[in-house]
Amino acid sequence: MSFDGPAARIAAAVRAGERSATSAVAESLAAIDAAGELGAFNAVTADAALARAEAIDDAVAAGDDPGPLAGAPVALKDNICTSGAPTTCSSRILEGWTPPYDATVVRRLEAAGAVVVGKTNMDEFAMGSSTENSAFGPTRNPLDPERVPGGSSGGSAASVAGGLTPLALASDTGGSIRQPAALCGIVGMKPTYGRVSRYGLVAFASSLDQIGPMARTVGDAALLYSVIAGCDPLDSTSVPEPLGDLNGALAADVDGLRVGIVSELSGEGIDGDVLSRLDAAATALTGAGAYVGEVSVPAAVYGLSAYFLIAPAEASSNLARYDGVRYGLRVPAAGAVDMNVATRTAGFGDEVKRRIMLGTFVLSAGYYDAYYAKALQVRTLVVRDFAAAYERFDVLLAPTSPSVAFRFGERTADPLTMYLSDACTVASNLAGHPAVSVPFGSGADGLPVGVQVMAPAFGEDVMFRAAAALERLLADVPRPDGAAATAAAKP
Amino acid sequence: MSDRPGFGADRVWQSGSPGLGAPAGTEWEMVVGLEVHAELLTATKLFSASPNAFGGQPNTHIDPVCLGLPGTLPVLNRRAVELAIRVGLALGAEVRPSIFARKNYYYPDMPKNYQISQYDRPINTGGSLELPSGKVVGIVRAHLEEDTGKSTHVGGAGRIDDAAWSLVDYNRAGVPLLEIVSHPDLRSAAEAREYVTELRATLLAVGASDGKMEEGSLRVDANVSVRPRGSAELGTRCEVKNVNSLRSLGRALEHEARRQIDLLSSGQRVAQETRHWNEDTGRTSLLRSKEEATDYRYFPEPDLVPLVPEPALIERIRADLPLLPRQRRHRLAAAAGQSPARVALLVERGQDDLALAAVEAGATPESVLKHLEQHLADGAGALTAAGLAGLIAMEQRGELSSNQSKAVLAEMVRSGGSPSEVAQRAGFEAVAAGELAGVLERIIAEHPAEWQRLCTGDERERKKMQGFFTGQVMRATKGQANGRDVAALLEDRAGTSADSAPG
Repeated sequence: MSFDGPAARIAAAVRAGERSATSAVAESLAAIDAAGELGAFNAVTADAALARAEAIDDAVAAGDDPGPLAGAPVALKDNICTSGAPTTCSSRILEGWTPPYDATVVRRLEAAGAVVVGKTNMDEFAMGSSTENSAFGPTRNPLDPERVPGGSSGGSAASVAGGLTPLALASDTGGSIRQPAALCGIVGMKPTYGRVSRYGLVAFASSLDQIGPMARTVGDAALLYSVIAGCDPLDSTSVPEPLGDLNGALAADVDGLRVGIVSELSGEGIDGDVLSRLDAAATALTGAGAYVGEVSVPAAVYGLSAYFLIAPAEASSNLARYDGVRYGLRVPAAGAVDMNVATRTAGFGDEVKRRIMLGTFVLSAGYYDAYYAKALQVRTLVVRDFAAAYERFDVLLAPTSPSVAFRFGERTADPLTMYLSDACTVASNLAGHPAVSVPFGSGADGLPVGVQVMAPAFGEDVMFRAAAALERLLADVPRPDGAAATAAAKP
Repeated sequence: MSDRPGFGADRVWQSGSPGLGAPAGTEWEMVVGLEVHAELLTATKLFSASPNAFGGQPNTHIDPVCLGLPGTLPVLNRRAVELAIRVGLALGAEVRPSIFARKNYYYPDMPKNYQISQYDRPINTGGSLELPSGKVVGIVRAHLEEDTGKSTHVGGAGRIDDAAWSLVDYNRAGVPLLEIVSHPDLRSAAEAREYVTELRATLLAVGASDGKMEEGSLRVDANVSVRPRGSAELGTRCEVKNVNSLRSLGRALEHEARRQIDLLSSGQRVAQETRHWNEDTGRTSLLRSKEEATDYRYFPEPDLVPLVPEPALIERIRADLPLLPRQRRHRLAAAAGQSPARVALLVERGQDDLALAAVEAGATPESVLKHLEQHLADGAGALTAAGLAGLIAMEQRGELSSNQSKAVLAEMVRSGGSPSEVAQRAGFEAVAAGELAGVLERIIAEHPAEWQRLCTGDERERKKMQGFFTGQVMRATKGQANGRDVAALLEDRAGTSADSAPG
């Protein structure tokens, strides 16, 4: 029962010669084609995907094992570099650029037999929580097309939730995997910082960015995670720690597991329907033998403020390279400097410009100590407070998103309202800890609610143990709205 | 070196006219600190696998990382770290755990529009460099950073602002640099040149850099200020860039110091600014004022982890260091009983081992130094220490004239061999004393009138005739007679003649 899910089942069937990779990929491509109105994909690499699927089928026919993801279609967030397709970050500034190399995660996917079918829409440069900041138009939530899928990885979330692909990769800087996973009713996981190579992930905020899996089940997410994780000599911040026994963790019960509900993330600012699902999760875990208690992580209150200083600061530097000189958009002007300005003015959207300006400001002489240096101190406090909490608890529990999926335009007028979408997720990024959002029933308007399981650094095994238990328990507890929960667990 | 009077290395500047706080006749002093950028001799770039090589077709030594393509990440070059530590230890710096930082500014030849450098925690802190003169110049730090590409601005005045177009070559982008920053301890253009020369020699000695200023693998920026001699305060400094040779450095410093003195002497202030040295006009011009200075917005480079060299690595590198120029000067100076400054030239030429061995073989140190300094500017060739010592011994025994000695030395440089063999082969057998006396007697007999003048003439007459007879002896012996022997013989014979002169 470990590593179970639609992707695991495809891979098992392909490896056993019971179905072809080609059929799995063709099915996925057809679904993508039929769901064009979702706006989930920036590019679909149909020809390459089918060729790859045929090669996998040939391998199986020749008696070779294509790997644990044999024939499983995967969608990639469009900030993960692929030598075969443009990588745009949903920004006009990268229009026309195709990377001359593959991200390390892409090479790992291919080595495991997975088939990349396309690149998914996102908030420009991963800055946003609704995918409304894409230069190519928004992505719709498959559960309610009037609502956002969350973000920034809205395209990847919609692809998985809409049944277009069983798996997707995305990136999480402040919640960009977990929040859209919650809003779309799927599983989304951010690994420990350094677990997954960032080589080939177009940087937003380097000290916070991590690539992670999206899937319809915890088992599939763990399977995809196990394929992409590992030390990479091309990323100096990647780490060699062993992954642990994920199979065993998925199968284990939660008897005696100590689960802490983070007070600071489970009260003010969180919608009632979300809190009631968190309570339901706590109750279910208690019923399964876990010890559930409240725990305070005081610095978590300041996490959002620190995040919105550190992330823009790093972004202002990371995005400096888009100047029209070497690749992507170039808007001609009289001189080189004018060309830089014209290119960046035309190529970046408002949110990206806002964060570049904010980041530039907080790193400037005279402001650095008051803002950036202070934010780094808060980050240290967050790590310290989490460490104290993990002395008493094995995993921590919190909502993933303060609300269910919201309507288009609802939060675009005031950026601060949008920024609050990340309130429950940024602390894990600041600490570098793993966290996963698991669907746990539905809230207002029958829309899915995600519950977030957090664990200490390199604690993915215990995190998956709690997440798998929640997934199993959800099947046993009464749900206010069966439809949404079914969508979340759709095979 | 200078085209204007009053600009020598140790000359005193005086303000021509009274200025505010600078009365007429004020003696000025130049204060200089240097930032030297040395390209490190690694096979590949600081953060990627492209070759670190000078030349090559534009944009051929490149890769996604050094081009800063989206998604790429830097990976630190271990060899560059080792070379940086080598230089640090050679300078007596403290090698500390360090971190990389991003220095943010826009320029088309900088692929990421930030430079990965080190800021508040450099790999090497402190240290000093002892110059041949004995002066010790303090080192602030020596840190690692990546080089930029090269821009060529076409059209207009050749600047980025007014060029018709600009070409960029990224072959140099990401080449490892060590920036070595001195304290403002230098007091003249000559001293600044001596510092760069010594630093270069040290970099070459430890194998860290090829030190080619003409290829830009060694580049110098100068921070210059002036102050009344004796003042303890530093004046407002200007940074002078685009100094591409030792000669330029001297010229630029003298020009810039004079410019600042002229300002101060006429009651104006020196503005803190960055100035560009123009080799053709021999002047510095304003590049940017302090107000226009870029705020680099340094912050720790999140794509790299702290650099913490293991103590064992540092000790291995320390044990592996060759003798440094300073140590070699002191070693030879001690052996030769001279000052380090006196033997600096031989160390610079790499002839100190030869000199040391010759002295150890028993040769007179002064003769060894003189021969090497005067006759071996183009290298010692096949000359051995034993050969040189033997040659000096033959000279001292009077077996070779100075001309012969020079010829023998030249032959030993060309093809080696012992001095006695070489001398014999060349027919340079010294004329034996008895034989020489016979030759002289024959010449006296042939020139009785001249001999009479030598014996009885006044001082002037005697000198003249001594020259005549010496020349005759030399001609008769085909130059093989030892000059000193001939002089002694003449003295001796003339005294005897005078004594026995008839009536």
